[in-house]
Amino acid sequence: MVEKRRFGNLVPHLILLVGVSIVAFPVYLAFVASTHDAATIANGQMQPVPGPHFLENYYRTIFVGTSSSTREPVGTMMLNSFVMAMGIALGKILISIISAYAVVYFRFPFRMTAFWIIFVTLMLPVEVRIYPTYKIVADLGLIDTYAGLTMPLVASATGTLLFRQFFMTIPDELLEASKIDGAGAFRFFKDTVLPLSITTIAALFVIQFIYGWNQYLWPLLITTKDNMQTIVIGIKKMIVTQDALTEWQLAMATAVLAMLPPVVVVVLMQRLFVKGLVETEK
Amino acid sequence: MAEVVLKDVRKTYAGGVEAVKGVSLDIPDGGFCVLVGPSGCGKSTLLRMIAGLETITAGSVAIGPRVVNDVEPADRDIAMVFQNYALYPHMSVYDNMAYGLKNRGTPKDEIDKRVKEAARILAIESFLARKPRALSGGQRQRVAMGRAIVRKPQVFLFDEPLSNLDAKLRVQMRVEIKRLQRALGVTSVYVTHDQVEAMTLSDKLVVMNAGNVEQVGLPNDVYKRPASRFVATFIGSPPMNIVPGIVEGDGRVAVGGHMLAVADMAPGLAPGTVLDVGLRPEDLEVSGGPGIRLPVDFVEELGATQLFHGKLDGAEMVVQAPTGAITSDTRQLTLTIDAAKVHLFDRDTGARRGR
Ligand SMILES: Nc1ncnc2c1ncn2[C@@H]1O[C@H](COP(=O)(O)OP(=O)(O)OP(=O)(O)O)[C@@H](O)[C@H]1O
Ligand SMILES: [Mg+2]
Repeated sequence: MVEKRRFGNLVPHLILLVGVSIVAFPVYLAFVASTHDAATIANGQMQPVPGPHFLENYYRTIFVGTSSSTREPVGTMMLNSFVMAMGIALGKILISIISAYAVVYFRFPFRMTAFWIIFVTLMLPVEVRIYPTYKIVADLGLIDTYAGLTMPLVASATGTLLFRQFFMTIPDELLEASKIDGAGAFRFFKDTVLPLSITTIAALFVIQFIYGWNQYLWPLLITTKDNMQTIVIGIKKMIVTQDALTEWQLAMATAVLAMLPPVVVVVLMQRLFVKGLVETEK
Repeated sequence: MAEVVLKDVRKTYAGGVEAVKGVSLDIPDGGFCVLVGPSGCGKSTLLRMIAGLETITAGSVAIGPRVVNDVEPADRDIAMVFQNYALYPHMSVYDNMAYGLKNRGTPKDEIDKRVKEAARILAIESFLARKPRALSGGQRQRVAMGRAIVRKPQVFLFDEPLSNLDAKLRVQMRVEIKRLQRALGVTSVYVTHDQVEAMTLSDKLVVMNAGNVEQVGLPNDVYKRPASRFVATFIGSPPMNIVPGIVEGDGRVAVGGHMLAVADMAPGLAPGTVLDVGLRPEDLEVSGGPGIRLPVDFVEELGATQLFHGKLDGAEMVVQAPTGAITSDTRQLTLTIDAAKVHLFDRDTGARRGR
């Protein structure tokens, strides 16, 4: 039996390894390219092993910027992206947990209407409502501001639905026990609902951080100044149409840098995920 | 401590379901009142109205001198133990018990004193730091009890607190609840559909059916003199046999062709009237002389006792006797019963036709 099992595991592992290599190869190539100098890449002499210019290239990327197209250092872009992604993730969690709490635990007139209106916004992603949204943000004078970057993306229904589904699984008796224990709506939220929601919050944070970090269309419209642009926009601008003018080693370094924060978030949150899953029980 | 007085309490749910149809009840200070009845009879609803978790459609609920109809659950000075315990899963056992006191602004050292004290009484001191998830069902049950007693409330409310435990633990916890309630002297209302729990715990037994109170009384009185056919068959295990009988005269009823003397019979019942006659399985005795003849279909062995199953005039009939006590032919029993132990009920209304 054991022998058979071992042999049986070999094939799936091989398949998975092939899959991982296919996914990882371009990433590896980008990293290698970011450690050579421009000439080596342009001449097509790049070897598939890291070159000697790692520190130089990354220093220039983060603190100086490219010499053409966008001259902003990538450090600033990363800060912008980070503020935007955090703003979207935290803003969404805050708004959706509060609205879901209201919809699930309070009986107010037009409660279901409110819920359905929230629900309907699912069908209207940013791309669909981009013109009116742009108009409003522009009229409010929020172009080239962090508020303009984040706010329109914060408003969405996914988080509310997620929390609503989760709250519905919390037994009513917990609410009733809290009531008898003298906890009002706020205390019940703070002392019971919030601690029980940690895993859901972590999941939503990961999803929304990456969603915010990867935004392209909206920041492209709403930022005009170089010092407000996000890293995703930055990469695009670095790649100039005439191939020769592109400083590939810097563009690649930027791409590698752009990948790091989402990876960090996933890795860190994964721990919390598992911890939360193991420790809480309804 | 306080008495609990219900006056014509009614509950109609939003969908129009009338769950409680006018219940008046008076539970004395320190009393242990058990609400028992079949599933869906409105026991929980009534309890939840006392707790303040359900609005009261009509009537009034008073705890002590105060009518609490519009008082928040937290301010009613009650504590409740739920069927699924409803412990806060993310809090330690200690915090679970301390939470209600914290919310009331009780000083820290007082909280600590009370929690330790309750933990000692319930023998849960060794896992105060654990989360509920790391406890067995019986231990969780104790924590839920602990959460109720640290508050030193005027009234304990229990909603089927033992029904998630296995049979052995249930018996053990039942005794403990009784002992605890005696020791603390707190007025208690206890909901169950287990009639053994109801009989053993209560000093006031309330049998409910379809939103109405069928009978209120001492458990033994309810057992000995059920007020209706419903109560008669609900209280007692195995349930009381109900067989048709014909009135022969004052104090005499014919059952299965045999004349039974009846001690408790309403006066003026016309001879020939058909009644439901209730005979408890444990009250029937094998007679040497004449008696009701019951052909036995099969025998159930319960260890200490035996159950003889048969049919009399089309009605199921069970006779219970200590194992080995019946030495005669067990394929056909001839039965008699003490006149004081024959119960008569109206065929249509089910009401007791006694004096
Ligand atoms: N929230 C509600 N809305 C509408 N009807 C309800 C609600 N809660 C209970 N009922 C109905 O009220 C009646 C009494 O319910 P209740 O929960 O008091 O029964 P119970 O005696 O506790 O039964 P069980 O032994 O099964 O717990 C039932 O018919 C039930 O369907
Ligand atoms: Mg119930």
